Amino acid sequence: MTEEIVASFDYQIEKDDFKIAGSASSHIKKILKQLGLPNPLVRRASIIAYELEINLVIHTVGGAMHLEVHPNCVVISTEDMGPGIEDVDQAMTEGYSTANDTAREMGFGAGMGLPNIRRCSDEFSIRSTFGTGTWIRSEIHVG
Amino acid sequence: MKLREIKEILNAECLTDDDCLDHEVDFAFGSDLMSDVLAFVDENTLLLTGLVNPQVIRTAEMMDINQIVFVRGKRPSDSTIRLAKANGIALLTTKEILFMACGKLYEKGLRGVPIV
Repeated sequence: MTEEIVASFDYQIEKDDFKIAGSASSHIKKILKQLGLPNPLVRRASIIAYELEINLVIHTVGGAMHLEVHPNCVVISTEDMGPGIEDVDQAMTEGYSTANDTAREMGFGAGMGLPNIRRCSDEFSIRSTFGTGTWIRSEIHVG
Repeated sequence: MKLREIKEILNAECLTDDDCLDHEVDFAFGSDLMSDVLAFVDENTLLLTGLVNPQVIRTAEMMDINQIVFVRGKRPSDSTIRLAKANGIALLTTKEILFMACGKLYEKGLRGVPIV
């Protein structure tokens, strides 16, 4: 990753706010398109951003999402204030979900989110402390 | 298959501008689980769903899905329709249940998204 930053944006994501959930990801998609990045990359980044954003809405007390575009990579990361993931390996397993009924009524909670983020990323890392919060970083290589 | 033909097959009503009926789709995906749409759908796909909340539109936007058929006579709110229009997403609604809607389109030659 080079030090040069082409674009950088921060978003605050609120817990349980399904009305505006997705607006940060929508902005990220528009920025990446405006920068002229290739469509398949924009699509992967959009999926990552949206899954991360929905995770913040559903599973956390709220948190921040950050976009950083470098000449050779796009980095999307989130940091929340809790409650953290008790068993990260289990959370990374397809089909495992702790989503509540409201999230399920919205069409989420199939236990596909984190595995899908990892699948769309070239580099993926997750750190979580149960009782404190979770930090996730996803990187997509350009070119 | 053109959206105009899909509208006729499903006896559907168009909730957005009629010029979107010229959209051409390659595949279809029927699901009420947006998590699965995010995990399985490829480009230029028709989404059939019974969910009508704004997250369906957001999901479609992220996946470059430009057309959605709401089944079981479901109809989204005006604000959700506006969100779709702002993103160039065509919306149809049909009284058919998901199973019948998918069956009728399959019978006419439309195929499902290939799952790897």
